Amino acid sequence: MYEYSDFDEAFVRARAAQFRQQVERRLDGSLTEEEFRPLRLMNGLYLQLHAYMLRIAIPYGTLSAGQMRQLAMIAERWDEGYGHFTTRQNIQFNWPKLVDVPDIIDALADVQMHAIQTSGNTIRNTTTDVFAGAAADEIADPRPIAELIREWSTDHAEFQFLPRKFKIAITGTEADRAVIRAHDIGLQLVEKDGEIGLKVLVGGGLGRTPMLGQVIRDFLPVADLLPYLEAVISTYNLMGRRDNKYKARIKITVFENGLDAFKAAVEEEFARIRPTFSGVDQEILRVIAAQFAPPAFKNDPVDSYEAALSVDPVFRRWVARNITAHKVENHAIVTISLKEHGKTPGDATADQMRVMADLADRYGYGELRISHEQNVVLPHVAKADLPAVHAELLRAGLATANVGLLSDMICCPGMDYCALATARSIPVAENLATHFRDIGLEDEIGNLKIKISGCINACGHHHIGHIGILGLDRAGVENYQITLGGDAGPQAAIGDKTGPGFAYDEVVPAIERILRAYLALRESPAETFIDAFRRLGAAPFKEALYGENRDAA
Amino acid sequence: MARKFTPKVLTANDLRLGDVVYMTASGDWTRCHAEAELLEDEADAELRLLKAHGQSGIVVGAYLADAKAGPDGPEPVHFREAFRSRGPSNYDLGKQADSKRGTAHV
Repeated sequence: MYEYSDFDEAFVRARAAQFRQQVERRLDGSLTEEEFRPLRLMNGLYLQLHAYMLRIAIPYGTLSAGQMRQLAMIAERWDEGYGHFTTRQNIQFNWPKLVDVPDIIDALADVQMHAIQTSGNTIRNTTTDVFAGAAADEIADPRPIAELIREWSTDHAEFQFLPRKFKIAITGTEADRAVIRAHDIGLQLVEKDGEIGLKVLVGGGLGRTPMLGQVIRDFLPVADLLPYLEAVISTYNLMGRRDNKYKARIKITVFENGLDAFKAAVEEEFARIRPTFSGVDQEILRVIAAQFAPPAFKNDPVDSYEAALSVDPVFRRWVARNITAHKVENHAIVTISLKEHGKTPGDATADQMRVMADLADRYGYGELRISHEQNVVLPHVAKADLPAVHAELLRAGLATANVGLLSDMICCPGMDYCALATARSIPVAENLATHFRDIGLEDEIGNLKIKISGCINACGHHHIGHIGILGLDRAGVENYQITLGGDAGPQAAIGDKTGPGFAYDEVVPAIERILRAYLALRESPAETFIDAFRRLGAAPFKEALYGENRDAA
Repeated sequence: MARKFTPKVLTANDLRLGDVVYMTASGDWTRCHAEAELLEDEADAELRLLKAHGQSGIVVGAYLADAKAGPDGPEPVHFREAFRSRGPSNYDLGKQADSKRGTAHV
């Protein structure tokens, strides 16, 4: 894992000291709220509905056991004993007091963490495949490049005041577990004639105007990456709109100008600045890459694992749902579900964080990941250790065997926390999960991605859910719009609205009607909901949803 | 025709703690919605808002929120304000927990 250089350490400490002074000046009246607000946002501190919220960066979703333990300590000492993992692979604390935040920032710096550029119109945390470095299907580990982007983009003087926030995602596999098509810039490692390069997509994003990214370069040599990123973002910085917040993302810039005109401007800028990159970045990349070398994998036999599989049905079920193939035969990737039925998706208590940290130390080479689907991953576990890991998770309430099922939902905080939300999302997720468990249909339905957002900004990725749910405020009442047919993977698609929305307590029955129609219409249990939807189109599902009263609903 | 003014309470967040606060008839801040002053006169409400903007060392983001008279004091009208007056629905935290701990009037 990446360890801070002296430069990183000094920079983060200096920023922590600056922020402490800024908070002091706000509290003693030297700074007005108008002056302080951009400063606190540069350090990830929001003011939400009930309290401040601190968003802490987890670069490319990778953290050490020690870092996870420190998050547990912060949750207990300065918050309410839990944290919320987000679709940007970060963590949010929902109850910090302004007067405590400088101490929290110091405690983060103690374990090489910070909250810099987790807000504001800057380049945010670069996200990646949660299985990076462990997946059997990747061309290369994308995290060294993600770290290079982090170092280049942090405090980049030209990109601190972009027209709007800017999100980059990188994947090392065709399977795309990083939703690169829904990012301002999406990067995919590709191979051509034995050389690894990058496919570059630009102009994706969800929110009010969802769009999928378009390919701007099929194959970019790795050595050209930083100048090319700089050219894209410089072009956007000049061409992007600042007159209207809702038209300020790069997706609108690309859409309004057309990909060809945008690309021409990028290529011209790239040609101009490429010679100024001397190659130092590639030397840095080599140093970074060495720090992402895989651990020395144990060579334990898998007999005990196979024995447990044959005798323990609970373990067998968990393995079937929560384990992914590792690139090393006698190892596995463990997804720890933070989606226990009836609980808040993505939340973990301080105790649970410590259990996961201990498991990482004992069985996972000290490493953890946060997935954009709001789960925690142990990327490298010897199969021989899986029964022990499972037993520990069971004791901590972390062994829910539902990865990929209906209850494994993405869900934003919604109006239970967020000042921007127009409706609640968490209780909708809780109700859906418990209902389908109680009626015994969750397994029968099988693989399904439901994604819920509490407002049009789409932090809950509803557009790219097989079933998307968007909470709105319709004349002072919560109302939920349903979309169908979205997808986040290599077949990325934006879902279509079904029609009129549903009241808060009508959402679960509405989703049940859609899913009962699916069960009746599918060719076999092997045909998933999204496959059936692609075969049949929206009509039979809309019919199930609205029936004969469709126009009047 | 000018739109009719509907009753309001003046609300904000506490600068140091972040908690939701409301202005009382005496011009102090309370953490309890029912203890807020129900402002039924538009000019009066605007003056109160100006006063709150002058208290940037105590509160943040003051605004006027629709409210109605209830048996125990003003009640929220919109569900957003109802959530702000209680706390989140997924945990017993925020004001709903404070009132059980007897700390609603700190």
